[in-house]
Amino acid sequence: MTVLDMRDVRKVYRSGDADIVALDHATLHVDHGEIVALLGPSGSGKTTLLSIAGGLLTPTEGTVEVGGHDISDYSAKQLTEFRRENVGFVFQSVNLVPFLNAEENLLVVDELGGGRGGRTAKGRARQLLDELGLGHRLRNLPAQLSGGERQRVAIGRALFNNPKLVLFDEPTSALDTKLGAQVMELIRSEMKARDTAAVIVTHDSRMTEYADRTVRIVDGRLAADGATPDTAAAAKA
Amino acid sequence: MLPFRELRRRPSRFVVATVVLSFLATLLLFLGGLLDGLYLGSTGAIRSQDADVIVFSSGSRDSFLRSRIAGDLRQQVESADGVDEVGGIGFVLLGAQVPGESELADVAVAGYEIPPKGVPAPPADGEGVADSSLRDRGVSTGDTILVGPAETPVTIIGFVDDTSYLQQASVWVNLPTWRVVQNANRPDAAVADDIVQALVVRGTGDLANSIDAATDGGTNTLTIDEAVLALPGVQQQGDTFDQIIYSTLVVVLAVVGLFFSLLTIERIGLYGVLKAIGASTARLFAGVVLQAVIVATISFVIGSLLALLAAAMLPDGVPLTLIPSRFVFTFVGLLVAAVLGSAISLRRVTRVDPASAIGTAS
Ligand SMILES: Nc1ncnc2c1ncn2[C@@H]1O[C@H](COP(=O)(O)OP(=O)(O)OP(=O)(O)O)[C@@H](O)[C@H]1O
Ligand SMILES: [Mg+2]
Repeated sequence: MTVLDMRDVRKVYRSGDADIVALDHATLHVDHGEIVALLGPSGSGKTTLLSIAGGLLTPTEGTVEVGGHDISDYSAKQLTEFRRENVGFVFQSVNLVPFLNAEENLLVVDELGGGRGGRTAKGRARQLLDELGLGHRLRNLPAQLSGGERQRVAIGRALFNNPKLVLFDEPTSALDTKLGAQVMELIRSEMKARDTAAVIVTHDSRMTEYADRTVRIVDGRLAADGATPDTAAAAKA
Repeated sequence: MLPFRELRRRPSRFVVATVVLSFLATLLLFLGGLLDGLYLGSTGAIRSQDADVIVFSSGSRDSFLRSRIAGDLRQQVESADGVDEVGGIGFVLLGAQVPGESELADVAVAGYEIPPKGVPAPPADGEGVADSSLRDRGVSTGDTILVGPAETPVTIIGFVDDTSYLQQASVWVNLPTWRVVQNANRPDAAVADDIVQALVVRGTGDLANSIDAATDGGTNTLTIDEAVLALPGVQQQGDTFDQIIYSTLVVVLAVVGLFFSLLTIERIGLYGVLKAIGASTARLFAGVVLQAVIVATISFVIGSLLALLAAAMLPDGVPLTLIPSRFVFTFVGLLVAAVLGSAISLRRVTRVDPASAIGTAS
C-alpha cells in the first residue's frame, strides 16, 4: 500500500524576476512502513520535496497523495488540518516549545487536535518518551535537555498522533556523529515498531544505511525511484 | 493551555506590561473617582428631587441663582395641563459656624415644599435637616449652626444622605426660613414672601411643554436630568474628565498593542513550528488575545487595590468617590482596550508561514 504518492511534481519559486525551479518532474512512492532516505547536495531541493509531501507547500504542478488524500489542491486551512492529523515532522533545528517540559511538548499535539491533555493523552506521552529513553526526563524543559534528547522529544511529538508518514529534515545534522548514529538507530526502530513510513532527508551518505531505500536528488531531479544507492556517487554530497 | 502555561512559566515576560497597565488602571479609577465625586457632590440636591420637572424663570439660563418665580407665575404653572403638585425651591450658598469648630463649614441652605427623596416634610421655622456630609464637619443632631455673616441660627434636627449642592452640604429648611437666611445674608438679592427661585412639579404628560405654554414663555422647564446637567460646571467637568479617561484608555490600547506586537515578533519562529504541526492562525491569535485579557484583568485587580489604598490615604477635602459602577466601567474599558490592542498582532500571526519551520534556516 502506498503512503506517499508524488507524481510529476514541479515547484517553481518566484523570487523577484527570476524563477527558481526547485523540483522538476519529481515522482516518488513510499510504501507503508518503508523508510526512504532522500540524499542530495545543498540546494538540490530536498527540503522543498519534504515540504510538499507534508503539506507545508503546495506544488506548482503535479499531484501529491498522502494516505489516500489528494492534497495537491488543498487550501491553507485544509492543509493545516491535514498536517495535524496525517503527518509527523521532525525538523533540523531545535523547535520545541521552550516553556513546556518534555511531556507537555508532546501534549501540544493533543491540544491542537482539540484534546484537553487528559489521562489517556498523558499516558501515551509518557509511554512514547519512555520508549525514546526519556522516561526520567518528563518534567525537564528543553533548555535542560541535551541536543540528542531534544531531538528525541521532537520524534515523540511527531509520533504522538500515530501518523502513517513521518518526515525528517536532516534530523541529525545538529548532533555529533556518534549521537547522530544513535538517533538514526532510534528512528529506525521506532518506525519499524509502528510500521510507520518515513522520509529522511540527509546530505550525509553514512545515514543511508538506516533506510530501506535511498533516493538521490540533484538539481531538483530524482534518480530513478527504487534504484540502489550508489554510495560512491553520493559521497561528494 | 499554551497561553496559560507561558504566563505561569515565564511571568517575567509579562511583568513590565502588567506594571504599566496596573498604574494606568489606578489612574483610570482615580480620574473616574474624582469625576464621580465631583458629580455626586454637585448634583445630590437635584438628583434627589422626587418630581418630574423643574421650572425656571425664562432668561435665568436655567440657573437657580438667577431664577425668580413670583406668585402669579406660579399660579399659571399650577393651572397648566397635567400638573398635579407644585413646590417652591431656593438655594443660598454660605459658610456656617459650627459649635466647637474653628473652621466654617460650607453649606447650601435649601428651602423646599415637596420633600426630596429621603428628606422629611419641611421642618418648623429655624430648623433644618442637614446633608450627612455635615457630620464630618462636627455637626450633630440638636446643634445650632450660625449661617452666613448675619449668623442666622438654624438648628439641625436630622441628617439625610447624598443631597449635596455644588460641593456644599445642603441644609433643608422650610421656605420662610430660607427667605430669612437669604435676606439676612444676601440683602442685595433679597426676596419677597411670594418669591421662590424655581418650582418642582409632579404631573403627567408632556409637562415641560404644557407648562412653558401655559406661562406664555415666562418659564423654561427642564426634566430632572436636564436640570442636573444645567448645574454650573457639571456638564463641563463630565466632558473634560471623559476626554481624559478615554485618552487614557487609548494609551492602554497602545501599550497592549505595542507589548503584544513585540511578543508576537519574538514568537514568529515558534508560531511557524506550531503551524507546521497543525495549529491554526485562529488558535494562535486567540492565545494572544487571551493573554492580553488575563494581563488586563490582573492589572485591573492590582490597580483597584492601589486606587482603594490611595483613596483611604487622601485627605478629607478631595472629592474622590469610588463607586462600584466605576470599577465595572474601568474593567470593561481595560478589556476592550486589551482585545483591540492585541488585535494589532493578528496580521503578523496570519503572515507566519508554516513552511518557515522547516529547512536549513535555524
Ligand atoms: N522560499 C524560497 N524562495 C526562493 N527560492 C527558494 C526558496 N526556498 C528554496 N529556494 C531555492 O530552491 C532550491 C532548493 O531549496 P531547498 O531548500 O529545497 O534545498 P535543500 O536540498 O533542502 O538544501 P539544503 O541541503 O541546503 O537544506 C534552492 O536553490 C533554494 O535556493
Ligand atoms: Mg534543506
